[in-house]
Amino acid sequence: MKSRNFYISALFVTLALAGGASYYASSSPDGLEKVATDIGFIDQAKPHTNSDGALADYGVKGVDNERLSVGVAGVVGVLATGAVSGGLFFLIRRKSAK
Amino acid sequence: MHIPDGFIDIPTSTAFAALAGAGVAMSLKGARSSLDDKTAPLAGLTATFIFAVQMLNFPVAAGTSGHLLGGALAAVLVGPFTATLSLTVVLLMQGLLFADGGLTAIGLNVFNMGIIGVWVGYASFLLIQKIFSGRKATVPIAAALGGFLSVPAAAVGFVIQYAIGGTGTFSVTAVFTAMFGTHILIGIGEAIITGLAVGAVMASRSDLVYGFKNKKVALEIRK
Repeated sequence: MKSRNFYISALFVTLALAGGASYYASSSPDGLEKVATDIGFIDQAKPHTNSDGALADYGVKGVDNERLSVGVAGVVGVLATGAVSGGLFFLIRRKSAK
Repeated sequence: MHIPDGFIDIPTSTAFAALAGAGVAMSLKGARSSLDDKTAPLAGLTATFIFAVQMLNFPVAAGTSGHLLGGALAAVLVGPFTATLSLTVVLLMQGLLFADGGLTAIGLNVFNMGIIGVWVGYASFLLIQKIFSGRKATVPIAAALGGFLSVPAAAVGFVIQYAIGGTGTFSVTAVFTAMFGTHILIGIGEAIITGLAVGAVMASRSDLVYGFKNKKVALEIRK
């Protein structure tokens, strides 16, 4: 597969997962949360420093439509992670000799 | 698996932040040799894909869910040092933008998912690929098994942190039993996703896959 096609398809899949499929994710507590609840140390958890942030808990503040809220949060996360990690790896890569 | 603020005391969190910081510094150095114009885009894509798939919690047992950690996946695709950096970027994004994973717990989380998960996953992958005599067809299977093992390993990382500086007063044995048991189940989901994702990249661009093309590097590390 050509690089261009490979990256375009992969990015499309990634955006579809974060922007679309994420709505169907299980909302049950994750492994650590469940263990902490069952054993009893869940109360030790402090509220997150950024719990009032615009994208806290993978939802856009003020957007009531759950599907839209999590979808937009997912797409923003994908773009932000892509920009930061891509920028980092681009900066530290070995420059190819011309 | 993302530890919130408050579960582990500040001195322990600080110590693990220092350990994680040292691991990230080593990874910044180590990643250079595997990152070039051809592989840097795959590394960015891997981090981004892990962010996306970490949003997709799957049910594992009554009232419990899990999600991909991605350490083994990243290590097989782009090498362990770049994998640690990828997971670190993902965890920073989650903590800073999405309030997922406490900010004082960032070192604990990078240590468990970005270092233990990556290296246990990668070492298991190498060992299993050796048993399969390094065949191309077995790369996704070995990656899946590495992914499976990486999840309970990362969970044990939390148990160690809890044993050192847990703010709860409950027995470490109870925490270990519950964490290990639950995360073995989550490991099955990790194995499936890792196997499918590595399989898809192997089928389309096996020339980019670190764990396949760098067999020599793998052999040297094993010595």
